[in-house]
Amino acid sequence: MIRVENLFKSFNGEPVLEDISINFDEGKTNLIIGMSGSGKTVLMKSIVGLIKVDSGKIFYHDRDFVCMNIKQKRELRREMGMLFQGSALFDSLTVEENIRFPLDMFTNMTPKEKSERVNYCLHHVNLDNENQLHPAELSGGMKKRVAIARAIVQNPKYLFCDEPNSGLDPITALVIDKLISDITHEFNMTTIVNTHDMNSVMEIGEKVVFIHQGKKDWEGTNEDVLNSDAKNLNDFVFASSLAKKYKEKM
Amino acid sequence: MVMKLIELIGKYFIFLRRVLSRPEKGKIYYQQTVHEIMSLGVNSIGIVIIISIFMGAVITLQTRYNLENPLIPLYLIGLTARDSMLLEFSSTIVGLILAGKVGSNIASEIGHMRITEQIDALEIIGVNSASYLVLPKIIATIIFNPILTLISMIVGIFGGWAVSVLTGALSSSDYIYGIQYWFVPFYITYSLIKTVFFAFIITTVPAFFGYNVRGGALEVGRSSTKGVVTSSVLILLFNYILTQLLLSK
Repeated sequence: MIRVENLFKSFNGEPVLEDISINFDEGKTNLIIGMSGSGKTVLMKSIVGLIKVDSGKIFYHDRDFVCMNIKQKRELRREMGMLFQGSALFDSLTVEENIRFPLDMFTNMTPKEKSERVNYCLHHVNLDNENQLHPAELSGGMKKRVAIARAIVQNPKYLFCDEPNSGLDPITALVIDKLISDITHEFNMTTIVNTHDMNSVMEIGEKVVFIHQGKKDWEGTNEDVLNSDAKNLNDFVFASSLAKKYKEKM
Repeated sequence: MVMKLIELIGKYFIFLRRVLSRPEKGKIYYQQTVHEIMSLGVNSIGIVIIISIFMGAVITLQTRYNLENPLIPLYLIGLTARDSMLLEFSSTIVGLILAGKVGSNIASEIGHMRITEQIDALEIIGVNSASYLVLPKIIATIIFNPILTLISMIVGIFGGWAVSVLTGALSSSDYIYGIQYWFVPFYITYSLIKTVFFAFIITTVPAFFGYNVRGGALEVGRSSTKGVVTSSVLILLFNYILTQLLLSK
């Protein structure tokens, strides 16, 4: 479980996150939704420590992340996996080397054990036998799947996905969503996904948090999203005229 | 302006502290260092040879052109070419050229990794990204740049000899006598000491600008330019300081 308490963050005096408090449930896919520029990515990067918060607390199973020194943070990060918006695969390494990288850095596994683990992860993301390709040779969807494989290679307790569907077609996006959800349940991880894709919300959003202008505006499940009376949430979810008509009929 | 400069210097030293901290896994860093020796060092041999051969040749021709006095022996042209290469050209000029070639490479590589979140990915994996990316480059250049400097000295002096013989500016025996005349071995030590400092500047300064880049491709280009310009200025500054410390009587 990840718990965020009274989180504040500003850039050049301009508040980006204001008094955010959220519990992210263990073994569930927790979604942070909101418009572009609402503060989703800043919130996620603050939770993983890539951005230093102004005030507030972040707990990973009662371990206070904000108070940790850099060494302790690095140790905790070995329990995390993250899928970045642009996949962030290392250009100079092959698919296999990308996935094997955390194992090379932090384990004493034999080359055979590492190879088996890499193949196991690649199999999980349906990319068998693509080990020797370089990131430049992969499609957007394949890059995301390799990034997921790299994120789970060390059996993380916490998985973070920043806009996992950006730049993907709806079918591939669903495949990625399902993959994230399946992995979360199979390995009982605490998964946090940043998205503004409503298909993702309906498909995998076991817990949904809506961020509006840097503040937590609403919280519920994917089923609650459609029935909520929260104005800002409804403006976001039913943005198109077709969706608005649907909402009126409900 | 002054405050910004102080802030920048402070950030640079904080960055250096991260870079020079204990590596997570020595074996990986060793492999990276070998890779960087090939990438930053061995791949620079060609440009160093080309530049040095022409520098040696031009120094020889210019000295010959300026020595009109018949009382001055011609072998002094060889001596001038040798000392110019040993004292200044093989370390400082080659250092400046490597600041352009290696420095822009480092700044753009690390800058690209920053804007494509590869550095964030390293941090999330639990790796000290500054150390992992920069320390092998520092070690590689500190090991290999003195070798490049020695190559430059040899090739530069050979360039002077070649142009002397080919143009008839002076005889081969005069030139060879000149390069052996009044030889001070400390000049080589002095040059190699300078090279080590320059190697540190050439890697850490562009790496610092690349590591802290924010934005897109345009900013990566700007950081690369800043890295090269700043490291070139620092090379000239340290050239003066080290010369004052090592050669002044």
